[in-house]
Amino acid sequence: MTGRAGVVGGNRGVGSSELRPDGAAKVGGAFAYAGDLRVPGMLHARTLRSPHPRARIGRVDTAAARRLAGVLAVVTAADVPGVATYGLISADQPVFAATEARYAGEPVAAVAAVDAATARRALAAIRVAYEPLPPLVDPGLAAEPGAELVHPDGNIYREITLTHGNPSAEGPVAVEDSYFVGMQDQAFLAPEAALVVPAADGGLDLRLATQWLHSDREQIAACLGLPESLVRLELAGVGGAFGGREDVTLQIHGALLALATGRPVRIAYDRVESFLGHPHRHPARMWFRHTATAAGDLVSVHARILMDGGAYTSSSPAVLANAVTHAAGPYRVPNAQLDGTVVRTNNPPCGAMRGFGVPQVAFGHEAQMDRLADLLGLHPVALRTRNALRPGDVLPTGQILGAPLPAREAIEAVAARPLPPPLTAAAPETALPGGRATAATHSRVRRGIGFALGYKNLLFSEGFDDASTARARLALDSDGVPFGTVHSACSEVGQGFVTVAGQIARTELGVERIELLPADTGIGSAGSTSASRQTWMSGGAVHGACVAVVDRLLARVARSLGLPPEVVESPRRSLVIDGGEIIGTETGTRLPLAEALADGGPVEAEYTFHHRRTTALDARGQGDPHVAFAAAAHRAVVDVDLDLGLVRVVAMALAQDCGTVINPLSLRGQVEGGTAQGLGLAVMEELVTVGGVVTNPTLHDYLLPTAADVPALDFVALTYPQPGAPYGVKGVGEAPTCTATAAVVAAIRDAVGRDLRRVPVRPVDLVDLSALADPAGR
Amino acid sequence: MSAGPAGPVDGAEGDDTEGDDGWEPLQYHLNVDGTRRVVSGARLEESLLTVLRERLGVTSVKDACEQGRCGACSVLLDDRLVTACTVLAADAVDARVLTVAGLGASGPAARIQAAFLAHGAVQCGFCTPGLVVAVTDLLGRRPAAGEQEIREALAGNICRCTGYGRILAAVRDVQAGRAPGGSGAPGGSGANRTNGVGGA
Ligand code: FES
Ligand code: FES
Repeated sequence: MTGRAGVVGGNRGVGSSELRPDGAAKVGGAFAYAGDLRVPGMLHARTLRSPHPRARIGRVDTAAARRLAGVLAVVTAADVPGVATYGLISADQPVFAATEARYAGEPVAAVAAVDAATARRALAAIRVAYEPLPPLVDPGLAAEPGAELVHPDGNIYREITLTHGNPSAEGPVAVEDSYFVGMQDQAFLAPEAALVVPAADGGLDLRLATQWLHSDREQIAACLGLPESLVRLELAGVGGAFGGREDVTLQIHGALLALATGRPVRIAYDRVESFLGHPHRHPARMWFRHTATAAGDLVSVHARILMDGGAYTSSSPAVLANAVTHAAGPYRVPNAQLDGTVVRTNNPPCGAMRGFGVPQVAFGHEAQMDRLADLLGLHPVALRTRNALRPGDVLPTGQILGAPLPAREAIEAVAARPLPPPLTAAAPETALPGGRATAATHSRVRRGIGFALGYKNLLFSEGFDDASTARARLALDSDGVPFGTVHSACSEVGQGFVTVAGQIARTELGVERIELLPADTGIGSAGSTSASRQTWMSGGAVHGACVAVVDRLLARVARSLGLPPEVVESPRRSLVIDGGEIIGTETGTRLPLAEALADGGPVEAEYTFHHRRTTALDARGQGDPHVAFAAAAHRAVVDVDLDLGLVRVVAMALAQDCGTVINPLSLRGQVEGGTAQGLGLAVMEELVTVGGVVTNPTLHDYLLPTAADVPALDFVALTYPQPGAPYGVKGVGEAPTCTATAAVVAAIRDAVGRDLRRVPVRPVDLVDLSALADPAGR
Repeated sequence: MSAGPAGPVDGAEGDDTEGDDGWEPLQYHLNVDGTRRVVSGARLEESLLTVLRERLGVTSVKDACEQGRCGACSVLLDDRLVTACTVLAADAVDARVLTVAGLGASGPAARIQAAFLAHGAVQCGFCTPGLVVAVTDLLGRRPAAGEQEIREALAGNICRCTGYGRILAAVRDVQAGRAPGGSGAPGGSGANRTNGVGGA
């Protein structure tokens, strides 16, 4: 924290609302995103995709395409020199479909040409002999024994059976129902892009937008048959990610074309390809049965979850583990049977999206809690506070919940926030559901209030050591002024790591000026920008590297001052850096930092941060799988037009367990953005497939929340420090996305009195069409 | 947009298949940010967005949907707010095209940019150039626009990162004529609990 003995962050260190170092370039339009990169002589690449969700592939005839003037290369499965497949967890996704296409949109070939128009014409000239086969698109059928196999590896990506306590124990009060969550897309604003430049050493330099440079490198190198040292990646400007850039998409295609032509290749998607090119949030079919005592204490939770992973593995097994282990929500549940399956189908692949399996189950368990409250005659908040987890409680996995987890405090805090004023007849059309275009009749608008409580694991789980490495350096600039340098491969995707890293370095190194080197593979992995992990993990690495630099410098100074060996051993006991000076705490001696650096030269250190060890789930779903959790609670207020089925979200309140806040302004941006994405899933966002084919892969048909859809967020930060994390931080990006959807739908239910078992909620789910079908209105 | 088989699939592209498809390369001038720029070898069907980005290298204008749905490519065409992806470049020949880069280092746009920065309205920033243009247009026309009018006016500009809260805060601040606050936003996290972290 600022003001801590021995460190100075000043007003630009940890805890300040320091502004983004890349902000000026971004507001002026000068910031270079991956899609903005151009080099002389570069080629333009495009990808040919299967229009069929399932088809045998015969001959891929590229001869006509190759003959086109301006076409430099066409590559197909036959041109992949290394491993033919790749993937985050299981390498089962072909670089190009070879003998069978398993989803509509699967890459079959790629071309490089002198310009994009020529590349497009070349795609049209490629003849692919498809033999369409009936696709398996129903996840329920895919899971059945004896189902036709979508892939030789089988249709079941993972199955988890979690048994906790005595699953046959029952309370006297029970609610049971089924729920469905549609396929959401990350829809980051800047579509995928990379610039691949062949190097003289036979390797490649890639500048690209990704969430995890080192994972990309590993997969690219394996498919190219190159040593990883010859595949160098540098992060270009990234226009959002939200999980959608965790998988490799166009990287290997671009690399193959660059190697084939010996020229730089720009490969980029348009919006349609972006929708087809990356995995989405898993659609989920869920069944829940909750039982409780008459007083409202949960006795048991049973859940069965079926997720559709689509054609290739991506991160499906990990998403399922999250869904199952969070299925009971942040509640004390003595007995549970939580079962889940994620299956392979001929639908588009699904993988990581903000919340990673938790928003789905949160929608289910929160609907159940509301129904239970209703049956018990309890207020929804009262039932939740009564059952909310407390540190020390045993989770369904057998894991003991660590502190802090202010779940109860979160739901109480949102419930205590002031409500918006009621809708009056004086409200302008623009304040009604439907806005100006399809404004409602005042008297037909109903208001509803809904609550949701949730929690989300932080960092990677199940024994994975997602360590992060960073390097720090303290040196003098050309004017003799000390400054710090930080190097990390952490992907800045918009979340603000670049700001946080500078704040931490400023605080620990005690200098104002911090230079952040580009994120690249010239340093060890920082892990993925996902799982709410970078402020904790890469923040921890930067913190550790900076602390090591200061330790080294102080030890050197102690040695040069002739201080006793025990001081040299732990110099912080006698020396501190403050205000640009190294001060002897007992002696009062003062040595300018600049002088110390001039005398002994720059100081550098590298540090790798590991989180505490976790364990895999055993055959009964038991273990210690999650590093830590963050709780969040939302309250949503909605107005619903009963005639048109249109919803207006009037107000949202959020109380979230944030740990120590490194940057209040960034925090606020994260929770507002996360809330908006959850709102989108509640009322508008769904990638619709018919027979495995996405029917709405455009921003015209896939609706995203606009400024007119997202209300102001009334936000309460609960800031209990998290043990084991630098400064006591918690990850903050995902928790609000997990609860916003459930809260909005709860509010709609409250307004219209319908069950609403699926999201997104559509107008057709809200209006009574039977009156239309039967003019007599019977 | 009709629902159809997805994407650039085989044979689904509208372009001609081979060789000389009979198009006549165009040459014309565009006035971009006050500078006369020569466009040559262009096709008639190219959008202003394509010509700006791919022929003139003006990459500050962003490309996120090419359907007029996201506002990332917002520019002013003779002081009118348009999405560059839905305007033919050839139609802009006699007009003044103003991008975010040409809005000026001082004046209203600069204040808007400073407020975006100060209020955390920028995360990934991909929506930002378009939003700065759209807000400049809005406040130029309707300096005292109310909350609901601002929201509706900006509804053509999608931001996937921020949830719009900080963007609206920035707009309100510019309206109020307040100097952007820099890093002076409330910081405290010493207490266990802070309401409204980061200011409203
Ligand atoms: S790219 Fe023009 S509006 Fe989206
Ligand atoms: S800041 Fe990323 S889209 Fe707006």
